[in-house]
Amino acid sequence: MTGNIIHHQPSYLEYQGRYKGLLGWILSTDHKRIALLYLYSQLAFFFAGMIMGVFMRLELIAPGRQIMDPATYNALFTMHGLTMIFLFIIPGLAASFGNFFLPILIGAKDVAFPKLNLFSWYLFVGGALIVLIGMFTGDGPPDTGWTFYAPYSLRTNTNVVVTVFGAFVLGFSSVLTGLNFIVTIHRMRAPGMGFFRMPLFIWAMYGTAWIQLLATPVVGITFIMVIADRLLGIGFFDPAKGGDPILYQHLFWIYSHPAVYIMILPAMGAITEIITTFSNRVVFGYKAIAMSSLAIAFVGYLVWGHHMFTSGMSETARWVFSLLTFLVAIPSAIKVFNWSATLYKGSINLQPPFWWAMAFIFVFMIGGLTGLVLGSVATDVHVHDTMFVVAHFHYIVFGGAGLAFFAALHYWYPKMFGKMYNKRVSNIGLLVVFIGFNTLYFPMFILGIMGMPRRYYDYLPEFTFLNQISTVGSWILVTGMIIVVTNLLRAKKMAPEFIDNPWGGRTLEWKIQSPPPLENFEEIPVIDHGPYDLVKD
Amino acid sequence: MEQNTTTHTAHENYDPISSKLGMWLFIFTELLLFGALFIVYSVYRYRNPVAFHLAHHELSITIGFINTVILLISSATVAMSITAMQKGDKKATLIFLAITLLLATIFLINKYFEWGAKIHHGIYPGSEFLLSLSHGDILFFGLYFFMTGLHAIHIIVGMVLLTIVFFRVRNGRINPDRYSFLENGGLYWHLVDLIWIFLFPLFYLIH
Ligand code: HEM
Repeated sequence: MTGNIIHHQPSYLEYQGRYKGLLGWILSTDHKRIALLYLYSQLAFFFAGMIMGVFMRLELIAPGRQIMDPATYNALFTMHGLTMIFLFIIPGLAASFGNFFLPILIGAKDVAFPKLNLFSWYLFVGGALIVLIGMFTGDGPPDTGWTFYAPYSLRTNTNVVVTVFGAFVLGFSSVLTGLNFIVTIHRMRAPGMGFFRMPLFIWAMYGTAWIQLLATPVVGITFIMVIADRLLGIGFFDPAKGGDPILYQHLFWIYSHPAVYIMILPAMGAITEIITTFSNRVVFGYKAIAMSSLAIAFVGYLVWGHHMFTSGMSETARWVFSLLTFLVAIPSAIKVFNWSATLYKGSINLQPPFWWAMAFIFVFMIGGLTGLVLGSVATDVHVHDTMFVVAHFHYIVFGGAGLAFFAALHYWYPKMFGKMYNKRVSNIGLLVVFIGFNTLYFPMFILGIMGMPRRYYDYLPEFTFLNQISTVGSWILVTGMIIVVTNLLRAKKMAPEFIDNPWGGRTLEWKIQSPPPLENFEEIPVIDHGPYDLVKD
Repeated sequence: MEQNTTTHTAHENYDPISSKLGMWLFIFTELLLFGALFIVYSVYRYRNPVAFHLAHHELSITIGFINTVILLISSATVAMSITAMQKGDKKATLIFLAITLLLATIFLINKYFEWGAKIHHGIYPGSEFLLSLSHGDILFFGLYFFMTGLHAIHIIVGMVLLTIVFFRVRNGRINPDRYSFLENGGLYWHLVDLIWIFLFPLFYLIH
């Protein structure tokens, strides 16, 4: 299969449009170039956020004040949360790999609205800049936590207005990306590609796009209400004026819980692609996986209350939300079971992307199982707002979505750049990341159960030992990340190879040259079989 | 399910269905934006029924009614401009668009006087007088200014859109073969109208 694709078209990297150099990138409406713009910006934000995380862990290496005062710690976890959530993982796999591969996987030349796509990236960067401005101007970075809970967010003297406005702009960018993808999937599929012939990554993107579209406006207007409260003194969420802070929490989580699925669905989609490719089998239970994506998207709307078990809700609301929360576990488990069934009796090809996917499943399961503890009211009351929660969501968003991001990067890297990284170094890097990750976060579960609260720069002496392990873990993790990323950067400098299909992938992106030409396909393919069928060509 | 799609490049090919689908989705997000505000309104109205009831007497039903009629007519004229475009009548299209823009301006002028009167009486968010009233009053007028203000911003955005449409029709970039921008502008205008249809009873009418 490999090697029979003739290289005669300039790739999207070489193609010379109207503009040269940097302008040729930031003015290009080519979905692949926009995808790389997202990829680089996201990685930069990830590293910035990681540095903040490491400093927080350094502060927590021993009880008492180490390197910063409490106010700095508050600002740091707020900015860390904002950067990681809004700038790295919400755009996540959708903005980078979704942009790059969604059109290719459905056999299209671009997304439905290329200009809107570029505009979304500008909004993203604009929003990021506004958040940065909020950090360095006014009375200092916000110290509310990334959730901006009222009434504190209305009272604090820090620069909440600017930062919240930045988050609003970022949300707008996310809505437009989702809109673009929905229209693209509906209108631009290649002839013969019915909905049930789409690769499962596309199904996941489809579910994600709907969540982006339907959930984001709610938080958008909520943020605007916070701004109005601060600037005009309206009092929507201010109890002194009759407003209700709990209402803020509801509106915030009506978006922010589905947002977790914005992060994790594309990740699950990418993992599905990787597992099918490297087990050389037709995916097990195609329709079940496709439908579970939609089910997650749908049920994900109805569970926001589980963030508020201790905030003051009626008894009924609490058990209903708890029940619904357990229901989300079903479609998620369907995916994990189908992945395992796909691996069963497959001829497994142990390559780096596959290892990343395995690390994802392992870590994601720990995150998911500890989620059950938080989902049931009785146990949540005990661990609410402790380090247990911090451990849990890092296992899900970092261990889940974050590792899947790197899995996808290793899987599609040869396609995106036409080059191969050093596989040995990549495996070593992954191992270091994996060890570091668990050393960093696993102790936090125990700390949480012991009763250490989150968002404090200080703690009681009996928590010292586990906190020290955790801090050492953060150093290991950073080392691993540096190995992984340097390895990828070094590979970019190497001479291009002809590796159109290094993994034996069966979906459309592996049938074109790497890196893909400007218009992806010389001729739009006609699809006459399922996405993973083993056919000879 | 197995339907085929016809277009593949958005660069060259023009697909009116895509752009209309995109617009509908966008309108959906706008509805959710206001939807969240309607939730906030219902919650606070439920908690402060008496204050909300008394406060709504402060609003002038007459101006509200006039503005409703104005917007309804403007929705009709936008629809007529689209029909005129379909029939290839450029001049009528332009006239109907101009009338729509004119009506929108009148709406804003009315709004200006209405708000002005309130502010003149010391009723505006954060004013001393308002803060001396009950919680229900503070919330009612907070919501009133916020929601009608947000709606007015949408009116202005709609006017900007329709002005662009106007000039594109005039120079022929929007023509009977290719007028989905006009249609989308019209759709947006109907949305703005529709939201007002909900705001009017919520603030002015409900007893
Ligand atoms: C090297 C990697 C990372 C380290 C060392 C790290 C460390 C930390 C620490 C120490 C806290 C504060 C705990 C507390 O006192 O409450 C925290 C909070 C948080 N982290 Fe991370 N983290 C890392 C990566 C990530 C990633 C990848 C994400 C998301 C994708 C993330 C999302 C968050 C969020 C949302 C919070 C909560 C902020 C808040 O309380 O408002 N972190 N992290």
